[in-house]
Amino acid sequence: MLIELRPTGIDPYSELQRYQTETLGHTGKYGATCSFVGTMRDFNENETVRHMFLDHYPGMTERQLEKIVEEAQTRWCFLDALVIHRVGEILPDQPIVLVAVWSSHRGAAFDACRYIMEELKSRAPFWKKETLKEGERWVEKNTSGY
Amino acid sequence: MSIRVRYFGSLREKMGRVDDSLAAEDIDTVSDVWKAVSEGQYLPDRILCAVNMDYADPDAPVKDGDEVAFFPPVTGG
Repeated sequence: MLIELRPTGIDPYSELQRYQTETLGHTGKYGATCSFVGTMRDFNENETVRHMFLDHYPGMTERQLEKIVEEAQTRWCFLDALVIHRVGEILPDQPIVLVAVWSSHRGAAFDACRYIMEELKSRAPFWKKETLKEGERWVEKNTSGY
Repeated sequence: MSIRVRYFGSLREKMGRVDDSLAAEDIDTVSDVWKAVSEGQYLPDRILCAVNMDYADPDAPVKDGDEVAFFPPVTGG
């Protein structure tokens, strides 16, 4: 399992390939990989967003992400999981988050990846502050993923 | 020893500071901490609380040396 907060840009597809090659290796054990990439939009609630700052609570954020992945491990049988989340200044089109789960069969990979992502959205202590054409605003709450 | 109180997100801007340090006397719960830092106000429903980096209810116990945090709903991902 790897959980990482990243103050610089993420290339999610390189990260996936690197983790799969270097950490999982060629074991013949995983038959399914499910990944989710969240990317910054240039709009939100009918406004153009120029850039965004992602605040977090150092220590608690990592701790909550670890708890979420550990909970997923008790609910589904999977081999490994990777969570990388940006912090700091972000521009439109830049990835914000990568969640990936490797399992023997697709059901656990799909379900655990969804679970980790939805729990992250509702429990991991991050806060977005958007810079608009005019002014700034804090995002008040996340939309439901279901 | 004391209780460290931290604020995040929009609440940090509303409070006008990143943290406070409180003497633990007369502090029993998370709600007591909030009242001490907000001139006696009740904790707003939407504000989330943590003690030592785990989510906690307003009536959760707080002791000397703990770190208590208050913040608005989270918006990551």
